[in-house]
Amino acid sequence: VFRMYGSPRVLLQVLWAQLLCGWVLGSELTFELPDNAKQCFYEDIIIGTKCTLEFQVVTGGHYDVDCRLEDPDGTTLYKEMKKQYDSFTFTAAKNGTYKFCFSNEFSTFTHKTVYFDFQVGDDPPLFPNENRVTALTQMESACVSIHEALKSVIDYQTHFRLREAQGRSRAEDLNTRVAFWSIGEAIILLVVSISQVVLLRSFFSDKKTTTTRVGS
Amino acid sequence: MAAVRMRSCVLSVLLLNVFYSFVSSLYFHIGETEKKCFIEEIPDETMIIGNYRTQLYDKQREEYLPATQGLGMFVEVKDPDDKVILSRQYGSEGRFTFTSHTPGEHQICLHSNSSKFSLFAGGMLRVHLDIQVGEHANNYAEIAAKDKLTELQLRVRQLVEQVDQIQKEQNYQRYREERFRQTSESTNQRVLWWSIVQTLILVAIGIWQMRHLKSFFEAKKLV
Repeated sequence: VFRMYGSPRVLLQVLWAQLLCGWVLGSELTFELPDNAKQCFYEDIIIGTKCTLEFQVVTGGHYDVDCRLEDPDGTTLYKEMKKQYDSFTFTAAKNGTYKFCFSNEFSTFTHKTVYFDFQVGDDPPLFPNENRVTALTQMESACVSIHEALKSVIDYQTHFRLREAQGRSRAEDLNTRVAFWSIGEAIILLVVSISQVVLLRSFFSDKKTTTTRVGS
Repeated sequence: MAAVRMRSCVLSVLLLNVFYSFVSSLYFHIGETEKKCFIEEIPDETMIIGNYRTQLYDKQREEYLPATQGLGMFVEVKDPDDKVILSRQYGSEGRFTFTSHTPGEHQICLHSNSSKFSLFAGGMLRVHLDIQVGEHANNYAEIAAKDKLTELQLRVRQLVEQVDQIQKEQNYQRYREERFRQTSESTNQRVLWWSIVQTLILVAIGIWQMRHLKSFFEAKKLV
């Protein structure tokens, strides 16, 4: 069963691959940001790593949020107010904890749902490659290119899903608003028209009584 | 003898893999009674693995240290129909797994179970969180060991898993588009009915007003 791990050298390389797995990760999360709230996330990044932060507002209000990315010394690397969707790539110039915050402080009563994807470094290799110095075979490089293409397909699917969720949320909002507005306007119409008639009648009733009083 | 040694080596490799997946990940701060929720919109039959690790702020040493024993996190997962599918308490470090059976928005909520309010001492709890969805949740080293796959076979296996995930997402997309279309058609119907009803109400009220006022003025002998 364990013929694959026949040599300790292979086992050591597998161990090394596991070690590497821990150092390069990507996080993709969707969370709810209440009104007047700010949510910050932190990540420890090694110098020289290429990182990408992508975010999109899925539901809520005008579908916009403030975003701010700071490096370990507090210098702002990226700051945008009321953005609906953006993508920012940077290379870590310092070792340390990078912080990025999403703020809904400008909003008084709308909760926002925010999606973000923070990629740090490249994806870990699938397994150790004994002959990494030599080129991959044709089959292997075909597999690698298909893998990259599929990754971008999944990425597009995610963005499409978010856009669709946004569209659907707007449509459902519209539906409820139309329902409430129809009922509300019907009631207003009836109330206004009846009170118009009553008011007119009251004008003439008063005049009649005053004229009779004056007459007699 | 050699087989036993190899088995223990493989076990330690798998354990290391689990350990190192905790090492570097995104973290955020959570208050004592705060509940943080994350939403995952996924198709059905998709596996989600979540790893978390907590650290508590130590005022004396002015840094974040691994949380003390007894401080755990309560993890609650709700499916799109608001039914709880996972509700468990884990220690200061935990790993939770679930598979979705209905497509839609699943909600993963975390809150600390601290009963001693002085434990936090006004500070915040630092939570490292990592959520892997679908194909990313697969542990390829384990799969390679279990099914005895060569390098090429493992790569192809990864591609198959990815395509599987894409296909599930496409199915889910079709279902969502249908819901969207139903909502739009319902809005369309409502707007149409409302326009007709509003016109009828307006005309009816106009006629009623004129007739009522005419009879009123005739009674008052002004017309």
